[in-house]
Amino acid sequence: MRDAVLIIDLSNYSYEIEHRPNLFEEWIGGVGVAVQLLKEQMNPKADPLTEENVIVFATGPFTPAYPLASKTVALFKSPLTGNLGESHAGGRTATSIANAGYGAIVIKGKSRKPVYLVIENGKVHFKDGRALWSIPDSLVVGRILAENEPGRGIRTVMRIGGAGEKLVRYACVTTETYRHFGRLGLGAVFGSKRLKAIIVRGRKKYVPADGKKFREVYDEIFKKAIESDAMKKYHLLGTAANILPLNELNSLPTRNLQSARFENAEEISGEALAEHNLGRRIACSHCPIACIHLATLRIPYENEPYFYKTIMISYDYELIYSLCSMVGVGSRDGLLRLIHKVESYGLDAISTGVCLAWATEALEKGILSEKDTIIKLSFGDIKGYLKAIDYLYEQPNDFYRHLAMGVEHASDVYGGKVFALAFGGNEMPGYHTGYAAHLGYATGLRHSHLDSAGYSIDQKEKSLTPKELIDKLIAEECWRQVLSSLVVCFFARKVYTSDVISKAFEPLGVEISEDELKKKGEEIYKEKLRLKVKMGFNPENLRFPKRIFETESLQGKLDEKFIEEAKKYYVRSVNEVIGLGSSPHYTLITSE
Amino acid sequence: MRIYTNLVSVMKRLVIKDLEKCVGCGLCMYACSRKFAKKPEIGNSNSAILAISLSGFERGATVIFCHACIDPPCAQVCPTGALKPKKGGGVVYNENLCLGCKYCMNACPINAIFEREDGKIAVCIHCGYCSNYCPHGVLAYEEVEA
Repeated sequence: MRDAVLIIDLSNYSYEIEHRPNLFEEWIGGVGVAVQLLKEQMNPKADPLTEENVIVFATGPFTPAYPLASKTVALFKSPLTGNLGESHAGGRTATSIANAGYGAIVIKGKSRKPVYLVIENGKVHFKDGRALWSIPDSLVVGRILAENEPGRGIRTVMRIGGAGEKLVRYACVTTETYRHFGRLGLGAVFGSKRLKAIIVRGRKKYVPADGKKFREVYDEIFKKAIESDAMKKYHLLGTAANILPLNELNSLPTRNLQSARFENAEEISGEALAEHNLGRRIACSHCPIACIHLATLRIPYENEPYFYKTIMISYDYELIYSLCSMVGVGSRDGLLRLIHKVESYGLDAISTGVCLAWATEALEKGILSEKDTIIKLSFGDIKGYLKAIDYLYEQPNDFYRHLAMGVEHASDVYGGKVFALAFGGNEMPGYHTGYAAHLGYATGLRHSHLDSAGYSIDQKEKSLTPKELIDKLIAEECWRQVLSSLVVCFFARKVYTSDVISKAFEPLGVEISEDELKKKGEEIYKEKLRLKVKMGFNPENLRFPKRIFETESLQGKLDEKFIEEAKKYYVRSVNEVIGLGSSPHYTLITSE
Repeated sequence: MRIYTNLVSVMKRLVIKDLEKCVGCGLCMYACSRKFAKKPEIGNSNSAILAISLSGFERGATVIFCHACIDPPCAQVCPTGALKPKKGGGVVYNENLCLGCKYCMNACPINAIFEREDGKIAVCIHCGYCSNYCPHGVLAYEEVEA
């Protein structure tokens, strides 16, 4: 098993490699290991935008042994929420880290001048990043590095755009142009450390404990991935396939969730994008599915007839939600232009869309004036939004400086909490399916739809009590700690069932039963929760934006009492985990 | 001086069917590491095939592996005879003779010889194993006239 941890200190440009077999044995890899490393390396009270913050990248034991183990987990302190930040990305990051010989990479400290890192087997190069700093377009940064650094085909190029440098609290880190450590502001943490990019490259071999068995299990997983319909959904239309069904189910947040149905859903559906715009599909490293859907955007030159630029843009469900329905944009052309803009600066698309949607409604309601927003923002106005995204990067006035700190913060300053759609400080993902979705965002340890997939529970089960629902969400989140410790793509969760995982470990020389896996999942969940609490997480402070109770969902109008009860129960279960016993006082914080 | 004119035989070779279909998944690279049934490896050290993008896979791909030259320049510069021309094209690699000098890597005009973790080299033996794992019809294993 891969057990090397690379620890890099940017404050004095030094690094060391530690072998930690026990750490990986006990905590699998990925998020399990990253939680422990963050506990060891970081003061939980650290200010996220200072040298005290620590970034951990961790891969799992199935990378690069098996297909679909294509993801890397990043843990850090989030400058958006001030609490635990966790973000996962595909691309070539995981395999490159593994092929360079590392299980995990820890980045501490802060560089005096802009740098980028080149990480190889047993070696780290600290490179002068001054020439790259202040290039706002992350696509350009990627291209410069790709042209100038060796390792084509076996490297990852993780970098930030201008949003990270300007410390937009929801700036992302882009890897291989189309994949992102998107949520919770890792890009701003890079920016605060004056770290523009990280390249990891390597060639490495690992010898399986049982070679014959290894090939057999590999073939079994490969077959299951490409032949069964376990992954078909992602194979065909990609995640964008969800637009029409969710719209049909009254669950597609529209115009800052003033509605959950978008009249232009057809136009921006996965079907329409595939038919009219899909130009190519590409894959993360060691994944046969190729779910990355690239649309072609053909833009005429401003003043020259018969000149066009053609740009490839990756789209997914969440981007269509946040940059279309949520801001009332009903055209594919508008979608692709907005995605392109967000990609260039290296912003998180979900947070950007939710922030702009809030600002638009706040302007409509007179909470903001055009003096704040500089330009008029109105739902559906693509040009206005394109300009507003420039302002999020440039931050020309107080308003955009506040908006660049997230919708929770901006609504603290300006008001409009009722319709500020954030959970735990993180902007809301695109599912207004019902109780499970919203409780999932609130209780999930990264406040993401991916923590516990509440949207799926909402569609399958409609008569759960608040207690049953919380139990179900936590059980799912616990199991997902196993998947994100391995680290396999969540899209492959039907391929990597517990029996397959247990079997896949054998040829690698590890014996672990299905039951043991489940127990590990629970233990990792608890460890992560404890760390989150140490960082200041208090479940009693969870806020449910009033708006979610106003707009009909798949489950009709949601009842505040249900959420209140679920929250009480959740608070109790958190207190049990952190050893406080049950707490007698609960307050439901809804806005105004 | 070897003369290869008029030499025609039928060989099975790894071939590119449609380069434009490459999605950059790299399954070929990992398959190559597993190709020896008796000592399959995990990783890419011993891989002799590499898919690279043209600065992003949206601009297309190149899949690099030994072209099986009739008169291979790599074998010509090998000082120890570790690389020898194979009948019908390509090379046979005897790693026990290899010094790790990498002359062959410099001699190959298409960069199809790769450095292993241990400093020795990896070169395609045209076994076709990787083509079984190419999910999108880029690679095939076919009979060709050599």
